[in-house]
Amino acid sequence: MSLTIPTFSLASIGPWLTLSVAAIAILVWDALSKERPAAVPAVSLAALVIAAVQSLTLLGKKGTDFAGMVYVDGFTALAYLILILGAALTIFLSWRYLEEYGKNLSEYYALLLFATTGMMIMVAGAHLIMIFLGLEVMSIAVYVLAGFLREDLKSNEAAMKYLVLGAFSSAILLFGMALIYGAAGGTLYLNELAKKLAVTKAVTQPLILLGLGLIVVGFGFKVAAVPFHMWTPDVYEGAPTSVTAYMAVAVKAAAVATFLRVLYVSFPGFAADWTWLLWGLAVATMTLGNVVAIAQTNIKRMLAYSSIAHAGYLLVGLVAANQLAAVGILYYLLAYTLMNIGAFAAILLVSRQQDRYLNIYDYCGLGRQHPGLAAAMSVFMFALAGMPPTAGFVGKLYIFAAAVQAGYIWLVILAVMNSLVSVYYYLRITVLMYMRPAEADLGPVSFTPAVTATLAATALAVVLVGIFPGWFYDLAAASVKIFSL
Amino acid sequence: MLLSYLPILIYMVIAAGLVGLIVLLSELLGKKKHFPSKDMPYECGMDPIGDARSRYHVRFYVIAMFFIVFDVEAIFLYPWGVVFKQLGWFGFVEMAIFIFVLVVGLVYVWGKGALEWE
Repeated sequence: MSLTIPTFSLASIGPWLTLSVAAIAILVWDALSKERPAAVPAVSLAALVIAAVQSLTLLGKKGTDFAGMVYVDGFTALAYLILILGAALTIFLSWRYLEEYGKNLSEYYALLLFATTGMMIMVAGAHLIMIFLGLEVMSIAVYVLAGFLREDLKSNEAAMKYLVLGAFSSAILLFGMALIYGAAGGTLYLNELAKKLAVTKAVTQPLILLGLGLIVVGFGFKVAAVPFHMWTPDVYEGAPTSVTAYMAVAVKAAAVATFLRVLYVSFPGFAADWTWLLWGLAVATMTLGNVVAIAQTNIKRMLAYSSIAHAGYLLVGLVAANQLAAVGILYYLLAYTLMNIGAFAAILLVSRQQDRYLNIYDYCGLGRQHPGLAAAMSVFMFALAGMPPTAGFVGKLYIFAAAVQAGYIWLVILAVMNSLVSVYYYLRITVLMYMRPAEADLGPVSFTPAVTATLAATALAVVLVGIFPGWFYDLAAASVKIFSL
Repeated sequence: MLLSYLPILIYMVIAAGLVGLIVLLSELLGKKKHFPSKDMPYECGMDPIGDARSRYHVRFYVIAMFFIVFDVEAIFLYPWGVVFKQLGWFGFVEMAIFIFVLVVGLVYVWGKGALEWE
């Protein structure tokens, strides 16, 4: 018996290595030093910067590595960069907020880096087991992060709910993968699956559809699609605000990018089956998210429902299943990361200390007291509602245009109507800020440098990326050529 | 292909049959004398006290986690031992990295004071 060891290049997974080594180093450093090391956020940011540079070198590549287990291509690299951006902005929001609770622990940053590593494993996974492994690395870290304020009842509730429901959804996803493995006659490589399933289709069609359905449920849970969204409002409300921001942008981005790859690479032969399923999910997700968001008075809950609605728009892109749709989804993920993190930065500032003011009526009169903060918040609200010239508008434009191109006129009509509904609750915040006097004196806003800088940078970026979408469009369009759509 | 599993089926049938036979025979042939202290659940020779479900210290969970970590390590080392020669230096380096990561974990829990019982 002789064993052949496959050749591989560590550079293909450079970003994973950087982040996981940094996370482990942070843990050991913290355990061995008497005082809490103060430079941990800076070290985490440095690791993210290095990982971003490593991702940039992967941009032009094409193919797989590690015996076909890992994708090394532009799509993966762009997804890496979006995830890194989300994680880095989250760190900027974190340390001051955690200090208010006396919980600025090194473990938080290590977990954040581990979660980001898991997301990268997921989006680069060329094998269903890799995808599952990444999903679990991500999920376990995020479960802990959701319950990070362990003296806080709501944070505990959030972690518990997320853990129990998340574990179930992982199991369902895994079951779906197992059925697909059986139905395909024994392969889990994404690109092989398409070929094998085409052959075995005649015999194993019901098994394939069942497996595909279970996979849709598993991913639907992670992207918070209706009817698998039940956990979202409670978990988003209870988790620490910085973690909520991270969950809304990064977890969703990783799940959507992976879902896209699995559907487009492994199941193009079953497009007729999954498009109508996702069509229904998209309509239900957009409608429920937007309609229920109207009734929310807690801003974190409102953004939770808004995040459900945005998952719906992303599903519209998945249904469209063409090159423009894949570009649109990538662009939308970038735009959503910027505008949502920005909105959460504003929430952190307005809530003063320890999440004290989260009611939407606490935003009354903000336009007069803090014009800059109110202006930035308005930019994010306009962007989330999809108004030009922000990035939110361009993202929606790409996705809806792709759906029209693919012939889903009714889906686009419903999506646009949903966007109109969403304008109501987003602009309500703006109306409260500028047209209502403050109801009570909530005390001064402490503009901490990191959060203020994040707020300003994301507001600027949301507008700039909206006015100049071309450069990212070109990058994304080049990177999605790998999908034969 | 399924035929190659036939020995396993036969083995399972024989095993189940033998166990069933022993239980049946002792049930039929054995003498039965019941008295209260004999019918009590056996608990190290002592009278059972209270409910089996009781709360115990959270520390045991930490110990359980250590056990799992090193248990998994041990299990993973066995297959390596089997193909040690074929894998050569590559395998050695890979396993060294694996064990190093575990050692880092140990250093972490040690540094955090999880090994102190008091």
